[in-house]
Amino acid sequence: MKLKPKEGLLWMLAAAAVSLSFSACKPKGAGSAVSGNAAQRTYIPPGQYDEFYTFTSGGFSGQMSVYGLPSGRLFRVIPVFSVDPEKAWGFSEETKPMLETSHGFVPWDDLHHIESSFTDGMPDGKWMFANSNNTPRLARIDLQTFRTAEIIEIPNTGGNHCSPFTTENSEYVIAATRFSVPPDGPGGDVPISSYKENFKGHISFVSVDKETGEFNIAFQLKTPGLNFDLSSAGKGVSNGWLFISCYNSEQAHTLQEVNASQNDKDFIMAINWKKAEEYFKAGKGVKQAVRYAHNKYDEHTHTATSQIKTEVTVLDITDFDDLAYLIPCPKSPHGADVNPTGEYIVGSGKLAALIPVFSFEKLQNAIANKEFEGERYGGVPVVKYESALHGEVQKPGLGPLHTEFDEKGNAYTSFFVSSEVVKWNVKTLEVLDRQPTYYSVGHLMVAGGNSKKPYGKYLVAYNKITKDRFLPTGPELCHSAQLFDISGDKMELLLDFPTIGEPHYAQSLPADILKDKSLKIYDINANAHPHKTNGEAEARIEREGNIVRVYMTTIRSHLTPDVIEGIRMGDEVYFHVTNIEQDWDMPHGFAIKGAKNAELLIMPGETQTIKWEPDRVGIFPFYCTDFCSALHQEMSGYVRVSPKGSNVAMTSYTGNK
Amino acid sequence: MKQLAIILVLGILVYACSSGGKQDSESNSAKTEAQQPSDYDPNRGLGKFDNVDLGDKLDVQMANDGKLIADVKCASCHKYTEDRLVGPGWAGVTERHRPEWIMNFITNPDPMIDKDPKLLAQLEICLVRMPNQNLSDDDARKILEFMRENDGVN
Repeated sequence: MKLKPKEGLLWMLAAAAVSLSFSACKPKGAGSAVSGNAAQRTYIPPGQYDEFYTFTSGGFSGQMSVYGLPSGRLFRVIPVFSVDPEKAWGFSEETKPMLETSHGFVPWDDLHHIESSFTDGMPDGKWMFANSNNTPRLARIDLQTFRTAEIIEIPNTGGNHCSPFTTENSEYVIAATRFSVPPDGPGGDVPISSYKENFKGHISFVSVDKETGEFNIAFQLKTPGLNFDLSSAGKGVSNGWLFISCYNSEQAHTLQEVNASQNDKDFIMAINWKKAEEYFKAGKGVKQAVRYAHNKYDEHTHTATSQIKTEVTVLDITDFDDLAYLIPCPKSPHGADVNPTGEYIVGSGKLAALIPVFSFEKLQNAIANKEFEGERYGGVPVVKYESALHGEVQKPGLGPLHTEFDEKGNAYTSFFVSSEVVKWNVKTLEVLDRQPTYYSVGHLMVAGGNSKKPYGKYLVAYNKITKDRFLPTGPELCHSAQLFDISGDKMELLLDFPTIGEPHYAQSLPADILKDKSLKIYDINANAHPHKTNGEAEARIEREGNIVRVYMTTIRSHLTPDVIEGIRMGDEVYFHVTNIEQDWDMPHGFAIKGAKNAELLIMPGETQTIKWEPDRVGIFPFYCTDFCSALHQEMSGYVRVSPKGSNVAMTSYTGNK
Repeated sequence: MKQLAIILVLGILVYACSSGGKQDSESNSAKTEAQQPSDYDPNRGLGKFDNVDLGDKLDVQMANDGKLIADVKCASCHKYTEDRLVGPGWAGVTERHRPEWIMNFITNPDPMIDKDPKLLAQLEICLVRMPNQNLSDDDARKILEFMRENDGVN
């Protein structure tokens, strides 16, 4: 075939296009493991929405962040256990009670894990639960307001790490202690070396009201001294049971790095929680005097309250033969993860070189046939390892930490030491794929991977170390998330993105479950704040002794009143600011010179309060901190502060007097 | 013909590659309202109200309710006199505009500000877009009744 010059040129172009398009579609060389079209698969065009909301733990920042997947775009940081000046969380008078504890006001904590509220083993989009690891608490985040609605402290607990895992219908959220300690009270003054006799574990079952979500510590289970790490509730066939990883079966009280790593096997504790509930309801528990705070935010009064509670009911698991069993598990297990059918329990021993998979059916048979070790552990029956074992994944990697599941019968385990994610088949235990992470992955998350019907499609690895992955920012670097597409046989790395604090765990929910019920404004007519200003006509100042209350309104773009006189040295001034806007995305801010707390950010229809104590005589400007209109710069006012005993009249107005 | 075939091959290759990993085109996107400017009726405005039946006489109860709502949601920016505050004073508003225009504007301000020549002219003076105060249809009707009272209907 003879080609005309023009045709020849076209064929050459075609050939070039073939090679170009091949190189464009193919994964790049060894320098990068990213698929050629990864950018397209994570790109969400301007104005379009992500497929998933992802709620990510903020670790030692104490907060929870909300990202979109697959874009990795950050939408919001929800303050939970730490103060946040941006949103006045812990600074406004209304939110201060949320951070009260039996130790007093605690402005920081370490938020570890997040779990959805479930109905029939699926995320129902009502709430997210979160735990604080340091001063032990549980939080409930409302998914209409994306705000923390409730925080409850957990008594008898050293550090609430093994939390906030929830049962198939969120009947209970679990809070189990990482550090066994003597029970609360004066009896706790014992030698630390008396760990074996005096230190106890406690596992709290915190009930969740179906409608309001309100927490209540229903009962606690007292256990021998052990460190509880992570847990999963049974589902489907194993609904009614709870599986908790336990380490430090050596009961070491010092140099745990070495002394708590002696035994070849620690345990997974299997608890029949329905049985425990039965015993609790039958009055078999013992009431113990304790002190813990229970804090609730009321979205109608826009105000939080904190209450100290003084009693908890405790059941000692060693008083019952059919409440809890220990399954030996190699070695210092972290994750104890239940597959979607509920039949398999995966133990991830972080110092082990294999992954044991236990069978719920075999465990039940072993219990029925009393296939126990000769000796109990601290009074708790120990099931024979082989009797409960489905099988072991051989040579999976180093340092398995945490496992989640897809909808096709596969498991995905993170490996901290060998820095990789490994995909394997739950039934055959065959390793199917492995992909490196950058670097040192801790938890991972498959969309819906802890539910009965995982959504699949995406897996996110949460890395502890980023080193050279992003532009360096001095010695302190971000942690990161790495997004993989898991819809094919092989996992494909698509995207790296930085996270807030240390991302211990996350939950992804399809956007459709949440986006249409997200609250847009607070109805001004439903605002029941005791210091609400119901329209500008009611704006005023009131004095009661040295307490001055300013009833202020905001609307684009003025504050009323914006002239305030008659404030004296020694006064405590409360600015109760009501935003009378009723339009979506129209918050106003409020800041005043010399304030020692924070600014306010007030949503439409909301009332928020900041306390201000003037420290000198003079004129103090205040202004709106959140750009609201072309006349935002004009949205400001003045307070006049006079000496103590001054007879300057109390005056307030905006515009004409 | 041959050239066409070659071009087709090129086209397919380019298409195959570009569409290969594209996510579902069904992904959600923010709603945008498209309406031809020529459709706009400056007497009626833009919104759900076509005809508003006004009584011959004032409905006093409705007007009283309307004032209570207006005091909370409107009075920060509108005086009930002829004087402009942030927005224009309300005196005479029911003579300047048809009732359906008022009802449409106060329940659907943003889209109307983009279309209405008189509102665009007002925006140049006030420079603040009138906020959507989330009035129910009933609220809006009551406020209209109060505006009528304010304009001397009894």
